[in-house]
Amino acid sequence: MSVRITLAEVDDLARGAAILGTGGGGDPYLGSLMLRQVLLDGLRVELIDVERLGDEDFVAPFAMMGAPTVIVEKIPNGEEMVAALRALEKFCGRESRAVLCAEIGGLNALLPLVLAARCGLPVVDGDGMGRAFPQLQMTTYHIFGINAGPMVMADEYSNTVVVQSDRSIEVERLGRSMVVAMGGSTNICLYPMSGRDAKRSMVRSTLSLALGLGRAVREARGKSSDPFVALLSYLRGTEYYKHCHVIFEGKTVDLLRETSAGWAMGKVIVEGTGACAGRQLCVQFQNEHLVARDGDEVLAIVPDLIAILDSATAEPITTEGLKYGQRVKVVALSAAPIMRTREALAVFGPQAFGLKDAFVPLERIAHRALRESA
Amino acid sequence: MSDLLRIGVDVGGTNTDAVLLRGREVLASHKAPTTSDVGGGIVSAIRQVLVASRVPAQSIAAVMIGTTHFTNALIEARHLCRVGVLRLARPATLAVRPFVDWPGALSEAVHGHVAIIGGGFNYDGRPIAPLDPGEVRKAAQEFAARGIEAVAISSVFAPVNMDQEQEAGRLVQDAIPGVRVSLSSQVGRIGLIERENAAIMNAALLPTAERVVDAFGRALADLGVRAPFYVSQNDGTLLDPEVVARYPVFTFASGPTNSMRGAAYLSGATEALVMDIGGTTTDVGALTQGFPRESAVAVNIGGVRTNFRMPDILSIGLGGGSLVIAEGGRVRVGPQSVGYRITQEALIFGGRQLTATDIAVAAGYADVGDCSRVASLDRKLVAAAVDEIHRLAEDALDRMKTSSADVPVILVGGGGVLIDRKLRGASALSMPAHAGVANAIGAAIAKVSGAVDRVYSYETAGREAALGQARDEAVRNAVAAGASDRSVEIIEVEELPLAYLPGRSVRVRVKAVGELELAGAA
Repeated sequence: MSVRITLAEVDDLARGAAILGTGGGGDPYLGSLMLRQVLLDGLRVELIDVERLGDEDFVAPFAMMGAPTVIVEKIPNGEEMVAALRALEKFCGRESRAVLCAEIGGLNALLPLVLAARCGLPVVDGDGMGRAFPQLQMTTYHIFGINAGPMVMADEYSNTVVVQSDRSIEVERLGRSMVVAMGGSTNICLYPMSGRDAKRSMVRSTLSLALGLGRAVREARGKSSDPFVALLSYLRGTEYYKHCHVIFEGKTVDLLRETSAGWAMGKVIVEGTGACAGRQLCVQFQNEHLVARDGDEVLAIVPDLIAILDSATAEPITTEGLKYGQRVKVVALSAAPIMRTREALAVFGPQAFGLKDAFVPLERIAHRALRESA
Repeated sequence: MSDLLRIGVDVGGTNTDAVLLRGREVLASHKAPTTSDVGGGIVSAIRQVLVASRVPAQSIAAVMIGTTHFTNALIEARHLCRVGVLRLARPATLAVRPFVDWPGALSEAVHGHVAIIGGGFNYDGRPIAPLDPGEVRKAAQEFAARGIEAVAISSVFAPVNMDQEQEAGRLVQDAIPGVRVSLSSQVGRIGLIERENAAIMNAALLPTAERVVDAFGRALADLGVRAPFYVSQNDGTLLDPEVVARYPVFTFASGPTNSMRGAAYLSGATEALVMDIGGTTTDVGALTQGFPRESAVAVNIGGVRTNFRMPDILSIGLGGGSLVIAEGGRVRVGPQSVGYRITQEALIFGGRQLTATDIAVAAGYADVGDCSRVASLDRKLVAAAVDEIHRLAEDALDRMKTSSADVPVILVGGGGVLIDRKLRGASALSMPAHAGVANAIGAAIAKVSGAVDRVYSYETAGREAALGQARDEAVRNAVAAGASDRSVEIIEVEELPLAYLPGRSVRVRVKAVGELELAGAA
């Protein structure tokens, strides 16, 4: 089946993507402007199911890589996005059947739709993270043995660089240094793969899921009903995120932030109110939220998703937007099973971020925490 | 502050308020209806305070005016001119063109013509493309052919380097005699679209700004006031009339800012929360070093996203006219309100709606209207509603605090009668005299400021050198704006490290403020 994305849905998609950004992923606002522009220009944006791909079809994801502060100034022109895809096609000697999404959390959820519209191609409904992550190799594509390279990087002049290595992590390392030479942000096409590979490695249907999530929150606000009830009941109807809870509610009382080796690192302390009165939650982040702890007890941990939302509107708050005194609810969602395997955890589990805690699936922790508070 | 005589005027949508101050002393105040010609309301309000205080017009040392005129023009899409937008960015940025998410009516009124030409910078100052004077002139011809009166110029990373914007501005003015130009680097900060939107709004308001500033000047001349006048801006500091005529957007949030500054002044507090309780809403803002704390998030004005420096204001649905409803053993206050119809609809005024003001009267701590009309209200309901009113106020205070320590709270606005007891989180609660004209007082006591907002590479420049350079420039900007040399102090230094970039790139914001240098009249 295929679905057309309309102008009226752009903000819903952006809102859903921001929630799945788990504090990072870059502000989807700019992506929503770019998407709005192609739709206003009369181009079609079409989503297709991954099963629509033929096994031998050629597909590749698109993303932007770089500093969010640069991206909000040096906005792409659109041509360089196309140039990146065309250069990858030329390098591989194939033509694309569709564009893939690499990261459903944040800005990168919307950009593949912009590129696809410009090329007259559909976008496959799904992504390679089911959330946001800070590095190129942190994808299910990589976990299923698909190489991030060859990766094409393009700047605003459509200057292109091909990064090729047998190892995705080297593609990340070399690419990262090229970002600087290209002015702090670049347009990338990577993980060229077959339709067969896409079918076995994708986190499926996450684009329509983000859209539905954003819509559920908007409709709840419009009816003045509790957006959290709408958000959780929507998620519980989905395949991956069905284990989800408000794990904490309270007020942000302390914030520690530093930039280290290019990462926005830090933690935020939430003092409990209501059912959580008398407790404190610490959420540690590295661009995205990594772990939520109540004392020594882990309430949710990467790759499960931790989102901090405004307690009244369910509007997601990014790590940059955190400040003292915000009333928040912290929501945790289970990551897709494909992201919780031993191989997946080696790439984006707690140890990949230098945490000592073992991964424990949310449904086990949350169950215990709920019983204790009941 | 010296003992010179100052007049503060607040031109609101409904009323024009004036106050006359000698030093810290309020000599007289007056409210007059705002007139459609702007000047008329000012003349009558100032005349009243001069008469009441028996002060001759010639002895006034300065007049400070706060106005919501430009904000309203934008929100109502009235009195705006068509704008030509010149963006220096090609080949970058073409994927998002100007006006893409403007509301239809506003875009209709303002969209003149758009040209995106070669130019702009990278974050490190390296040009994306050089500026081609031929391209600028060609765009200018297109603007001229469409009869465009005002041009907004934006460029990528203009906060890092504004040279191209300035050069393009000169070329446009050479090519179209008499055209008005607004540069993004003068009105906004990092975030191309938001900054460009600010420049476009500013350009659209330029003809109106010139007209209004002229009207202010003539009104004062008619009164025989020979002193200079100033207009207050978003951060509560003053602008020269010539600056307002060129940058009307700087006045967008001066209303709430002046009210907060006035409240601070009347109470003598510099670190406090100000709670302005009106008929429908309560606005809470935080004062740090006597100035409103700025908002860190994007602000929508008339449906357009901008990144202006605006005060961080929390609005909640609590006011004198808030409806009180009992449901399921709970009492709800607001957000629905009878608003300005309170004098007909509240019980104490013979109406049929139970409002927050009725509760305050029934509880015996407010004396408004006819208290016999609320005498038969259920005591439990009244007590529960009083609790709810205070809980809402306490909750709003708590949200605006920046630490867990208690802070002084200043109440202004007509709805102040709703508050009866000490609020949790407040170290002291005060409702100063003259709170009704806090806006005009805030304008009268305004200082002048200079600011810097730029990305520095600490690796190449060094942190100390970069901060020193930013501080010096902020002080120079304040003095250039009219601050007396001796009084200038740095009141804000903010460093925001930029993730993912090498060279320890940091965005630095510095603000300097000083007393306005006044010639000693009188």
